[in-house]
Amino acid sequence: MPTTILAKRRLIPGKTSELVLDAPHIAAKARPGNFLILRVNDHGERIPLTIADADPEKGTVTIVYLVLGKTTALLETLEAGDAILDVCGPLGAPTHIEKTGTVICVGGGTGIAAMHHIAKGHARAGNHVVAVIGARTRELLLFYDELSAFCHEVLVTTDDGSMGRKGLVTESLRDRLAADPSVAEVVAVGPVPMMRAVAETTRPFGVRTTVSLNSIMVDGIGMCGACRVTVGGQIRFACVDGPEFDGHQVDFGELCARLGAFRDQERVSLEKFHECRCHDHQKA
Amino acid sequence: MTTKKPKPSPRTPMPEQPAAVRRGNFSEVTLGYDLSMAMTEAARCLQCKKPACVKGCPVEVNIRDFIGFVAKGDVEGAFAAIKATNSLPAVCGRVCPQEIQCEGACILGKKGQPVAIGRLERFVADEFAARSACEQITGQPDCALTRDGITAACIGSGPSSLTVAGYLAARGIKVTVYEALHELGGVLTYGIPEFRLPKAIVAREIAALTDSGVTFVTNWVGGKTFTIPELFDMGHKAVFIGVGAGLPRFLNIPGESLIGVFSANEYLTRVNLGRAYAFPDYDTPIYPGKKVVVLGGGNVAMDAARTALRLGAEEVRLVYRRSKEEMPARAEELHHALEEGVILECLCGPLAFSGDERGFLTGLSVQRMCLGEPDESGRCRPCPIEGDTAHIPCDLAVVAVGTGPNPVLLNATAGLERNRRGYVVVNEETGETSLDNVFAGGDIVTGSATVILAMGAGRRAAKEIANRLLGRD
Repeated sequence: MPTTILAKRRLIPGKTSELVLDAPHIAAKARPGNFLILRVNDHGERIPLTIADADPEKGTVTIVYLVLGKTTALLETLEAGDAILDVCGPLGAPTHIEKTGTVICVGGGTGIAAMHHIAKGHARAGNHVVAVIGARTRELLLFYDELSAFCHEVLVTTDDGSMGRKGLVTESLRDRLAADPSVAEVVAVGPVPMMRAVAETTRPFGVRTTVSLNSIMVDGIGMCGACRVTVGGQIRFACVDGPEFDGHQVDFGELCARLGAFRDQERVSLEKFHECRCHDHQKA
Repeated sequence: MTTKKPKPSPRTPMPEQPAAVRRGNFSEVTLGYDLSMAMTEAARCLQCKKPACVKGCPVEVNIRDFIGFVAKGDVEGAFAAIKATNSLPAVCGRVCPQEIQCEGACILGKKGQPVAIGRLERFVADEFAARSACEQITGQPDCALTRDGITAACIGSGPSSLTVAGYLAARGIKVTVYEALHELGGVLTYGIPEFRLPKAIVAREIAALTDSGVTFVTNWVGGKTFTIPELFDMGHKAVFIGVGAGLPRFLNIPGESLIGVFSANEYLTRVNLGRAYAFPDYDTPIYPGKKVVVLGGGNVAMDAARTALRLGAEEVRLVYRRSKEEMPARAEELHHALEEGVILECLCGPLAFSGDERGFLTGLSVQRMCLGEPDESGRCRPCPIEGDTAHIPCDLAVVAVGTGPNPVLLNATAGLERNRRGYVVVNEETGETSLDNVFAGGDIVTGSATVILAMGAGRRAAKEIANRLLGRD
C-alpha cells in the first residue's frame, strides 16, 4: 500500500524539505532514534531516513531530507497528496533514554531534524535538554523553533555569525561542558566529520557520547551487512545494532570511506535523472 | 525365447542457452522440455513397485505416478498428482538439489543416469502456468470457500510460508502473509537470480495464492511493525514463522570492511530485488568488478559468481577451502558455472583482504590447504599447508560462507525458545514452537538449507494448524 504525503514544508527551498506521512502503523511504534526505509516508485532504490517526529494519535510520521542523490531529488518533486510506493518501519534500535540529568543534543544540517526526536524523548523523560545546533548561515538553520518549544537551552552557532555564536557547534559544546561537569550524556547527529569532531571534543571530558550513523543500507533489517561499521574493534550493523553507537568507539574513517562506495554510480543516476527531467520540460 | 534386457538409455538433454551467450544476459539458462522430450524422458522410468524416489523427496511428491501420466502424454493427470503434495512445482523443478534427493534415490542411477525428475516436474508445472489459480494451488477446479473467523498469519513470504498459505487456503482458512521487504517471495526473490529462477515464475505462484484468497502485506517487519502477540490480538488463531536465516556471516579476517567486499546477501539483493543489473534504469546501483573473487562453495556462491560474470567481470574465481568434490552446491549449478568460465580456486582459505589508501579492495591473500581427516560433517577437514600462501588481485569480493538466524523478530518475541546456534526450537512432528499456536519452519529452524526442505517443514506445520483450527481429520 502506497503511503500518502499529508504535508510538505520546504525548509530550505530546493535543498531540504519536511514531509508528514500518513503511516499509523509506523507512528504507533516509532521511538526516538528509529528510522524508516522508503522507495519512491517501482524503479526506485531503498533509502533510510531518520524519523524526525511521530504522532501516534494522528497516525503520522515526519521525515526531513537533504536533496543529495537521485532518490531525494525524486522525493523533492512530490507534493502533499502524492504517494510514496513503499515505506517500511520503524527500524533500528530506539535511543536509550532514562532520567539522567543534563543531556546535550548536538545537531548539524539535516541531522538537526533527526536529533529533534531524540531531544524530545529526553525532555519527556524529565532530563534537562540542551540543544546545540549549527549551520553555515541563519537561513540554513533547521528546527530552531521546534527545539525551542521544549529544550531548556538552545545554543546556536553559524559559520558567518548571522545567528547565535560565530563558529562551530563543537566550540559551544566545549564551553558548555567546561562550565558544567554534571552533563550526563552528549548526543550528536549530523555529517560524519561533525560527529567525529563532537566525539573528539567530549573525549577529554569523559562524557558518554552517542552518535547516530547514516551508513549505506539496502534492506535495513540486518540481512545484508551493507551498513557494517567497526565499533570498539567489532563489526556491528547500523540497521539493527544501531543506528546509535558510542561515539568514542566508532571508526569514523572507515565509515567515511564506505559512504563513498557508490559515489560514481550515484553521480550517473543523478545526472540521468536531471537529463530526463530536462527532456520532459522541453516536451512540455 | 529370452528377452534381452535393454541397456538404460541416457537421459533426454534439456535445451539451454549456450554458455557464451548466456553469460551476457540474465535470461533463464535452461529452456525446458517440450511434450515429446518429456514423454521420451518419462518413458525411461521403470515404474518401480516401491519407488525410492518418493522417499527421497521432502514433500513426498508422488513421482512415480506423475511420471506415469507424462509417459502417456496426460499432463493433466501428472499435474494433479504433483499438486497433491507440492504447491510450488515450477520452483522446485528448477532449484531442488535433485541429485541428492529424488534422482539420487532413482534405481536407474545405480547403473546409468537417473530419470530427470526435476526437469519433468518443471515441464508439468510450466504447462499449467495458464490454468486457474485454484487449480494451480489445489488441483481442484474450485477454490475452497474461505470460512469466516478462522484466520492464520505467516511471517515472511518465502517458500515455507507460501506452502503454509497454499495448504491452509485450500482448506478454507484465511491467511495473511506479512513480508518485511517491498516484494514477495523471500529468498526466491531477493536471493535466487533471474537466470536460475525467473521472477515471473515466482510472481505466478504468488498470484495463484492471491486468487485463492491469501492476503499479502508488504513492508511489515515482524518484531518492528508488529509483534506476534499483536497478531493474535488481531484475531489470528495461529502464527507461522518463516523468516529464513537472513543474517550474513562474514569471515572475520582483516580488510573485510574495505569497499568492494560484499556479503552475498547484499550483492544478490541489489541485483535481484533491486534489479541493479538494469542500473541506471533502476536506481539501485551495483559495484562493478573486473576481477572478482567469490568465497564459498554453495549455491549462493555459484549464484554470486555467475551474476558477476553477467555484470561484465573479466575473471571470476571461486575460492573454496575444500576440494571440488566437497562443494555443497547443486551439481547443475557448478556445472553451469564452470561452463560459463568461472575459475575454481579449491583448497584455498582466505587470510586477509588488502586495499589501497582510499579504502578500496585490491586483493585477497589465501592459504593453500590439503585435505585431512573427515570432520563432524563427514567432509574432509581442510588443513593449511605451512608456508604456502598466495595473493589473488581482485577489485570485488563476495563473501558467501553462509548465514545465521536474523535476530529482529526473535529478539522481540518473549518466551520463544532457541537452540545454541540461535535457531528456533520446534516440535519435529508439528512444527510448533515453545509458544502455543506459534509454528516455525524453514531456515529459521534448520539454518541455511534448501527451498524444498523449507516447504516440507511448512507442509508439516500447515497440517497441524489445519487440524487444530478445523478439527482433526
